[in-house]
Amino acid sequence: MGGTAEYAVKMHHVTKTFGKVVANKDVNLELKTGEILALLGENGSGKTTLMNMLSGIYFPDHGEIYVKGQEVTIRSPKDSFALGIGMIHQHFKLVDVLTAAENIVLGLKGPVTVNRKEINRKVSELAKRYGFELDPTKKVYNMSVSEKQTVEILKVLYKGADILILDEPTAVLTPQETDRLFAVLRNMKKDGKSIIIITHKLNEVLAISDRVAILRKGEYIGAVNTSETNQAQLTEMMVGRPISLEIERPDVKRGEKRLQVIDLTCLNGDGVKALDNVSFDAYGGEILGVAGIAGSGQKELCEIIAGLYPSIGGSVLYLGEHNGIPVQERILGLKPDEIVKKGISMAFVPEDRLGMGLVAGMDMTDNVMLRSYKSNKGIFVDRKSPKELAEKLIEELEIVTPGVDTPVGRLSGGNVQKVLLGREIACQPSVLIVAYPVRGLDINSSYRIYDLLNEQKKKGVAVIFIGEDLDVLMQLSDRIMVMCGGKVSGIVDPREVTKEDIGLLMIHTEHSVSGEKDGEVTA
Amino acid sequence: MSSHGTQAKEPLLRMVKRDTLSPKKAWGIRAAAFILSLVTGGIVILCLGHNPINVYISMVKGAWGSSTVIHETVKIAVPLLITAIGISFAFKMKFWNIGGEGQILVGAVAAGAFGLFTAHIFPKLPLVLLMMLASIAAGGIYGLLPAVCKAKWGTNETLFTLMLNYIALAFIKYLMNGPWKAKGSSFPKIDMLVPGARLTKVLGVHWGWILALILVAAAYIYFNKTKQGYEIAVVGESNNTARYAGINVGKVFRRTMFISGALCGLVGMLQFAGADYTITEGTAGGVGFTAITVAWLAKMNPFGMLIVSVFIAMLERGSNAIQTQFKIPASASDLLIGIILFFMLGCEFFISYKLIRRGKEEHHA
Repeated sequence: MGGTAEYAVKMHHVTKTFGKVVANKDVNLELKTGEILALLGENGSGKTTLMNMLSGIYFPDHGEIYVKGQEVTIRSPKDSFALGIGMIHQHFKLVDVLTAAENIVLGLKGPVTVNRKEINRKVSELAKRYGFELDPTKKVYNMSVSEKQTVEILKVLYKGADILILDEPTAVLTPQETDRLFAVLRNMKKDGKSIIIITHKLNEVLAISDRVAILRKGEYIGAVNTSETNQAQLTEMMVGRPISLEIERPDVKRGEKRLQVIDLTCLNGDGVKALDNVSFDAYGGEILGVAGIAGSGQKELCEIIAGLYPSIGGSVLYLGEHNGIPVQERILGLKPDEIVKKGISMAFVPEDRLGMGLVAGMDMTDNVMLRSYKSNKGIFVDRKSPKELAEKLIEELEIVTPGVDTPVGRLSGGNVQKVLLGREIACQPSVLIVAYPVRGLDINSSYRIYDLLNEQKKKGVAVIFIGEDLDVLMQLSDRIMVMCGGKVSGIVDPREVTKEDIGLLMIHTEHSVSGEKDGEVTA
Repeated sequence: MSSHGTQAKEPLLRMVKRDTLSPKKAWGIRAAAFILSLVTGGIVILCLGHNPINVYISMVKGAWGSSTVIHETVKIAVPLLITAIGISFAFKMKFWNIGGEGQILVGAVAAGAFGLFTAHIFPKLPLVLLMMLASIAAGGIYGLLPAVCKAKWGTNETLFTLMLNYIALAFIKYLMNGPWKAKGSSFPKIDMLVPGARLTKVLGVHWGWILALILVAAAYIYFNKTKQGYEIAVVGESNNTARYAGINVGKVFRRTMFISGALCGLVGMLQFAGADYTITEGTAGGVGFTAITVAWLAKMNPFGMLIVSVFIAMLERGSNAIQTQFKIPASASDLLIGIILFFMLGCEFFISYKLIRRGKEEHHA
């Protein structure tokens, strides 16, 4: 049986609950043989849960699954493999010290001895067939993120999967790498493979898929042919009501220089330079976007400026005013409380919201006073004004919470971020650093965050925005600094360059372009 | 609807975290656990050939039956309570101080240095004050050591504090056999504190119980109303958040561990000058460890610790009573205490989690 059934996968009335949370409710999903289906939905809409039921990680509470026309019971990943289903997860599951080929054959049945030559040949052949570029003898720890992803995909293909599920495969890729991946996916489709790609990026959906299936809050909304739809319709299906996808970039006259970073250098835990002579300026009334592949030094950069990470060279100069008098302070090497004591109003929204910015187990009042509890005199804490501020934030930012007494760890991601950003904005900073502020947030919350950042910009605050979505960075920022391997590979005007230009800077290899340290800041 | 294969994979029992349980239900679970523990203990008593109900009654009577036994019960509860409060300072910070024993012992030794050798110089009030200060300083410094090392080099505080217990114990053995050995005694022991220097009794028990009650209130205020208490909570939840908020994590470690050790040291002084009047290897007598149980059962709430420490003191007194009354061996009565504590600690699991039987998936609207 099977082989040429019309539908590679059919899921009927599938429901999955976790405790009280309904992750998938009565979902119907159909994947035609030989098509690329995009599974679209906001964070928390149940995309990954649904796919995990196909790959045998979860077991549905209700519903039937048909693969190639036959009803099946998938009890484990092994069952899933046997049906020819292969899933490529967001987080790679590879053994670092083994080569690409070794990882690919890992766990497969075979002869007792390993014929590496033969395996390498087979892997190379497979890679060539679909247009991958991969050296089968390269060790995983030497690989870039995109190469690791290639290994994951080949691993699944090598096992003979003809139904592939990719969970947010482009989240970690540069625009060029994304294009290459899409080319490979099209080759696979030509070869008769059926593919589901999970994503929340609309332009990618339109670029790669044949059909789009949409989930919203765990429920199946419907499926449309990609050729007959557009971004607006998809957004409406995904969010439940029409919203504008335009990100505003208000025209604000650039203000004074607020932060001057010169030749900043630091080491990571292994003694390798995580930042290498990073120099840039941040001005009031502008949003400076920071782009780069994850781990290019963004985290270290933020934390050094905030006084949380040691540097080995360079300087950070804060320029502001205190009671009308211009102040210049070297803040490099100062601890966060010392920075505050100098009267410098700098706010930082860290990437790890509940592990650094907030205390998950404490309520909103206690979290709001985290940055200010030292300001009143005496040995006792004053919870009255933080409580008022917390109540004000709930009202102004429309934070959904049972009340100021609920631990912030229980709030949804968007509301957690509103608490954090709200608190930081409340201390009226003149420099605001935000790291990945919309990661994991739904569209509504994301746009609220962009609005808040724009408000700060209009107030004359120097905003430094560390982002990952290039589309957002290009629409929101006034300037974009691109980081690559701990270096600044360029500072560009997003109105004058293309996404591909930035993509090239992100994977910019070694000092080929120099002298763009400060010269670029002409705007 | 669901195909028959669905049940193949599901385990017989699985745990699910509860959202939050109403206090009423939580106390219901605790009450059920207590009754179950009595039933289980009853079976053990039956096997020993006694009537469980009689044994339980005499346990309660043995703890509360007369003013003499009440004094004894309170005497057990006081060190337990103060040590538990001391340890909870560290535990709130997620600094696992299991060195209460050692801190009690060094506190007792420091108090002994004054109590045993300067009793003829100072009048009672300054002498007691000196003993208090010395025990607080000694216990505090003993608690400070692991904090300094953790802040500086990231040492493991659990091992560190545990090892310090043995050092303190060995030091006392040395004192008993050497410099502090009682004159004219062939047996290694330390002299008794002269009656004039012993702590005054209030309502039949040394005034340590009043101090303990004051400390309960003080600790509650410290944890919930002061900046330092807030800092402890932040450090306990996340060191990174604390650093981000400009809290000097090392300083909080040191300050809090000094307080934690100082309170334990104070217990050593109370035991020496108020209860035992001498120092032996048994001065701490496991209080430093039992206090951990007290602190956990009370979820670090000082008022809860008051209740739990009295409860445990009652069990200990009661088990002594049944040993003499029913000739139940000490090991068996300890077993009884163990069973009760096991159930009480174990039921906390059922307050945070629930078990779902296979195929009994709950359906929510």
